[in-house]
Amino acid sequence: MTTLAPTAPGTPATGGRPLADTLTMFRRNLLRAVRYPGLTGFTVAIPVGLLLLFVFVFGGAFGAGVAPGVAPGADGRAAYLDYITPAILLFAVVGAAQSVAITAAMDATSGIMARFKTMAISPGSVLGGPVLGTVVQGLLAVALVLGVAVALGFRPAAGVLGWLALLGLLAGATFAFTWLCVALGLSAPSVETASNTPLLLTVLPFFGSGFVPVDTMPTAVRWFAEYQPFTPIIETTRGLLAGTALDTATTVQAVAWCAVVAVAGYAWSRALYRRERR
Amino acid sequence: MTRHLAVDVRGLRKSYGDHPVLDGVDLAVPAGTVTALLGPNGAGKTTTVGILSTLLRADAGTVRVAGHDVAEDPVAVRAAIGVTGQLSAVDDLLTGAENLRLMAALHHLGRREGRERADALLARFGLTEAARKPVSTWSGGMRRKLDLAMTLVGSPAVVFLDEPTTGLDPRSRRTLWDEVRALVAAGTTILLTTQYLEEADQLADQVVVLDGGRVVAAGTPADLKSTHDAGSLDDVFLRLTAPTTTEVA
Repeated sequence: MTTLAPTAPGTPATGGRPLADTLTMFRRNLLRAVRYPGLTGFTVAIPVGLLLLFVFVFGGAFGAGVAPGVAPGADGRAAYLDYITPAILLFAVVGAAQSVAITAAMDATSGIMARFKTMAISPGSVLGGPVLGTVVQGLLAVALVLGVAVALGFRPAAGVLGWLALLGLLAGATFAFTWLCVALGLSAPSVETASNTPLLLTVLPFFGSGFVPVDTMPTAVRWFAEYQPFTPIIETTRGLLAGTALDTATTVQAVAWCAVVAVAGYAWSRALYRRERR
Repeated sequence: MTRHLAVDVRGLRKSYGDHPVLDGVDLAVPAGTVTALLGPNGAGKTTTVGILSTLLRADAGTVRVAGHDVAEDPVAVRAAIGVTGQLSAVDDLLTGAENLRLMAALHHLGRREGRERADALLARFGLTEAARKPVSTWSGGMRRKLDLAMTLVGSPAVVFLDEPTTGLDPRSRRTLWDEVRALVAAGTTILLTTQYLEEADQLADQVVVLDGGRVVAAGTPADLKSTHDAGSLDDVFLRLTAPTTTEVA
C-alpha cells in the first residue's frame, strides 16, 4: 500500500500551480515582447527583408534556375517567390526562437531568474511560459510574412487539412527551435553571446533546399543539405502550401527532427536551469 | 527545540572545487530578530544566503529555515522566505506596478488583491509616482526599493537581504533601514549581509562575523565591542578578519 503524504491545498510537492504559473510567465513574455519592439520587430523584419531581396534582386535570374522553362525577368521572379516562400517562413520561425535566447540570457544574467528559483512557483513555468509565448510570436510572424508573400503574388493551394497540418508543423518547429534557443541563452555567459550563438540557425536554411534545389550542389554540400533538419521541414512546408502529395519519408524526417530538437533542447534547458549558478 | 529559531544552521560546509568557501558554519537566528552577517569579500556571506534560500546545495551540515530542512523540503522553505540578492532582480522592461503584479500573480493572489497589494507597496516605498514608467528609466535607489518591495509581496516570514544598501546614497539607505525596522516590528525575521559596519550596528540584534568561511565572532553589537575592547564595530571587524582578502563571491 502506498500512502500519499498529505499536502496543503494549493501547494503540491513540486511547488506552485503549474498551469497558473505558466500562464503568468506566458503573459510576462508577451508583455516584454510589446515593450521591446526592437527585438520583436526584428524577427519579422529579417524574413521580410530576405524575401524582398531574394525576389526582387536575385529572383529574376534565379527563378529560371529553379523552374525549368521559365524565362528570366518577371516570370523568374514569380517562380522564385513560389520556390523560396517556404524557406522564408522558416526564417520567421528561427527568428522568433532566437529572440528567446536573448530574453532567457537577460533573465539568467540579471537576478530575476534567481528570484523565481527562490519562490514557491512551478519550476517548469519559468522557462515553459516564455517558450509558449515565443511559439505564439513565431506563428504570428509566420502569418505576417506569409501575408507579405501573398501580397507579392504568392498563391498557396493548400486545403483546410493542409493549412491545419502546416500550422501543426510550424508550431512544432518553433517549439523545438525555441527550446534549443532557451538552452543556448542559458548557457551563454552574457546577453551579447546569447544573441550571437543562435545565428548558426539562420545560416542553416541556406545550406538546404530552401533557396536552390540540392541536386545543383557539389556532393559534400549536397550530402549535408539533404541530411540537415531544415531541408525536410522546408520540403514538407513546400508540399503543404502547394497542396501536392507529400513524400512520406520527407514528412517523417521533418516531424522526427522537430521531436528530436524539442526533446534535446528541453533536456539541455532543464539541466542548465537546475545547475548551480554562482 | 528549534521552533523559535527562524534560521538554524549547523556545520555548514561548501566548496567550489578544491576551494572551501564555507568551513563549518553555525548560525542561529531567533524568529522576529535581525542578524547581520558581516565579513570581507570572499568570506562566504553570499554563499551562505544562497544555501539558505535554496539556490545552492550544501556539501555538509544541516540547514533549517522557518522549521523546514532546505535539502529535504526546499518548496516549504521557498514558501516562507523572501530574497533580495545582490543582482538586481526586477524586470527592466516592465513598469514598477507590473513587476509587483507579476509577483502577486506568482503568489496566486487574485487580480484585485494583487493590484491592492502592489499599490500598497508602491505607496509604502514612495514609488507611486513612477509606478507606470518602465523600471529601466528608474534610479538605482528606486530599483533597489522595488526589489525589496517585490520580495515582500508574499509577506514572507523570513527575509534574506544580500548587501541591500550597497551603492545607495545615504537617504535611500536610511529609507531601507526604516523598512527593515518596520518589518521586524511586524514579526519578520531578517538575515542581512553587509560590509557597512554602521548598518550592522544600527539594525542588528545579533552580528555574526564571517571570515574565510568560518564564524570568528558572534554577539550583540555591544557585546562584540566590549569583548574586543573596541570603540566601534569597525575596530572589531579589522581585528577579527584576516588582512588578505580572496575574491570569491
